[in-house]
Amino acid sequence: MLGLNAKDMSLLIVVAILTMCAPLILNPFPADSAMAQFNAGYPDLMQKFVIFGIFAIGFNILFGLTGYLSFGHAAFLGVGSYSCVWMFKLLGYNVLPGIALSVVTSGLFALLIGLITLRRSGIYFSILTLAFAQMSFALAYSVLSNPKFNLTNGETGLQVYANDPQWFHNSERLPDLPHIFGLSMRATQKVSVGGWEFQFNTGYYLCAFIMLICFYLAIRIFRSPFGMMLRAVKSNQQRMNYTGLNSRPYTLAAFVISGMYAGLAGGLLSAVDPLAGAERMQWTASGEVVLMTILGGAGTLIGPVLGAGLIKYFENIFSKINDNVLHGWFSFLPDGMEDLMVTLIHPFVGKGWHLTLGIIFMLVVTFLPGGLVEGGQRIGRMLSRKKSKEADSPASTEPAE
Amino acid sequence: MDAILLQVLNGLDKGSAYALIALGLTLIFGTLGVVNFAHGALFMIGAFCSVTLQRILNASFETISETEKDFLGNPLKVKTPYVESWFGPEVGASIIDWSVPLAILFAIPIMIAIGFIMERGLIKHFYKRPHADQILVTFGLAIVLQEVIKAFFGANPIQTPAPDALSGVAQLGEGLGLQIAYPIWRLIYIAFALLIIGGVFAFLQFTTFGMVVRAGMADRETVGLLGIDIDKRFTTMFGLAAAVAGLAGVMYGPINAPNYHMGMDFLVLSFVVVVVGGMGSLPGAVLAGFILGILEAFASTTWATTTIPGINQIIIYLVAIIVLLTRPRGLMGKKGVMED
Repeated sequence: MLGLNAKDMSLLIVVAILTMCAPLILNPFPADSAMAQFNAGYPDLMQKFVIFGIFAIGFNILFGLTGYLSFGHAAFLGVGSYSCVWMFKLLGYNVLPGIALSVVTSGLFALLIGLITLRRSGIYFSILTLAFAQMSFALAYSVLSNPKFNLTNGETGLQVYANDPQWFHNSERLPDLPHIFGLSMRATQKVSVGGWEFQFNTGYYLCAFIMLICFYLAIRIFRSPFGMMLRAVKSNQQRMNYTGLNSRPYTLAAFVISGMYAGLAGGLLSAVDPLAGAERMQWTASGEVVLMTILGGAGTLIGPVLGAGLIKYFENIFSKINDNVLHGWFSFLPDGMEDLMVTLIHPFVGKGWHLTLGIIFMLVVTFLPGGLVEGGQRIGRMLSRKKSKEADSPASTEPAE
Repeated sequence: MDAILLQVLNGLDKGSAYALIALGLTLIFGTLGVVNFAHGALFMIGAFCSVTLQRILNASFETISETEKDFLGNPLKVKTPYVESWFGPEVGASIIDWSVPLAILFAIPIMIAIGFIMERGLIKHFYKRPHADQILVTFGLAIVLQEVIKAFFGANPIQTPAPDALSGVAQLGEGLGLQIAYPIWRLIYIAFALLIIGGVFAFLQFTTFGMVVRAGMADRETVGLLGIDIDKRFTTMFGLAAAVAGLAGVMYGPINAPNYHMGMDFLVLSFVVVVVGGMGSLPGAVLAGFILGILEAFASTTWATTTIPGINQIIIYLVAIIVLLTRPRGLMGKKGVMED
């Protein structure tokens, strides 16, 4: 169905069901229980899950398939955000033109940068993309916000003001916030069942729907001859060139596609919250998407989405755990032990959650180069081996040197 | 003329920091073949060595003064640093005043130890892995180190002032009819950087140890076949590179108050410097560091920023892009290094 084989189709269906039911699944604890702080089923966070999922899926098309490690992908995210807000300013608050323009501009931007950076590979490519992203960040932050030509509004961030033209905006009929054909992105339907409260948010469902399309396209790319070419670039570019194939158009296409994904994610970020700041382009943001993809599993289909979800979850939930919460958890221990446990755990939660992230990331890179997906596969293989006692030979992707 | 020389000094000053970090990066890359994204964190740790020493020296005990009273009439509590009570008030005060230069001595063993631990504990396992993995794991390490420092010292910058005697302004070139006022500490920083760079080059050029290391950089396998334990020497070089980055950080403290993310800020630029200089070329790294520093200083003048707005922000990246596209190996890069 849809040009997918049975396995991919079931994966797509599982992902579709999970994203559509996310407001239910992510709210496993009753709203007034002590565990409610671990609920992730509120619109703000769920939107981030799917938007950064899109970003990571796109990054994975470049890094996972071709092995080109870009350290400047946040530039496209930023370009997408700015384009979307500009559409809000000029046309009105309907999100569709904004999202469309963000994909187009980031695609063009990626084409321009890709033409230059893809002339080099390996570490040089990483540093060239980093240089371009930092340059875009510096430009967006300072120069492009001068009074004569204010494209980015500098430090304040680009936002919609009352005196913007908004040609197609009708403030009597349409909400004064991003909307899709009159349905505000912030419209949330709250449903209370027993002690549980579920929130169904328009913005989330729009983003989730777009993410599913992106995911489907990514599967098609992975399974296509084009995806095969990209894998060939990763495993041995030289050999590919010797067989008479020019790899540049393929890598460029992958770069532009992943740039468009990033731009789309940026556009959606603006669509759910119409404010675009330059810090979205900073290299720490580029580093974040690298972390997500690696953590989940580069080169796998579901890995980047998992990684994005996990990092955003921990970012929001871990950073909320403070000393009081910890004292609550360990209150069953004797006093001395309780204080000891709290002191031990304190540096890793709350403001220190980046430390946890760094440690997890290092462990994953060292012991699980394939990310969490590989971890899952290993566990699965261990279990199935116990059952059938049959050694299966995992397909190796190493070049045969 | 004065303005031009002033910008050259500014450039040398910024460039010395770039050159020192880039030198360390290149040492690690040239010897071990590892791209170390945690090098900026070493620079930052160096700066925090001097913060630590300052705190240690300022450790004090309280005594209740019998003669003086505070404004409420209670006996005044006087804090006396231990060093002042041990060495007498004057010597003690001047020890505290000179804490940044003293931190150099304090930082060297610490940085070398950190370098050893990093190489033996982590990076050793990544020699055979792809460069992307090395970048990723050192990037993770950089995050961890940064967060550890943040947990101990907080997120705010901490002042580490230069000694009083060196914190003034020097008048340069009066005999030549020039009027250049320049902070003394920045001049010292330039001199210090040149000294360290000269020291590293002399060490590599004129000692047997350095000769072996250079031979190992050229052909690791052959040196190994000659019965030399090259790994051990390369580990030492990692320690040396860490110490160079750390010292650059210690001395940079009085120019810019250390904060936990200063390493990352410098790291991005230092990588650009290394690439412009040519991967694996030590003179290239130093040269590119100073050139880019000077270019940045000239691009920051009002004349430049009014002609091309924002040029000061992007000049380094722009130069890097142009250099990489016209001279793919960088200014002084050798053939066969990172040519995948």
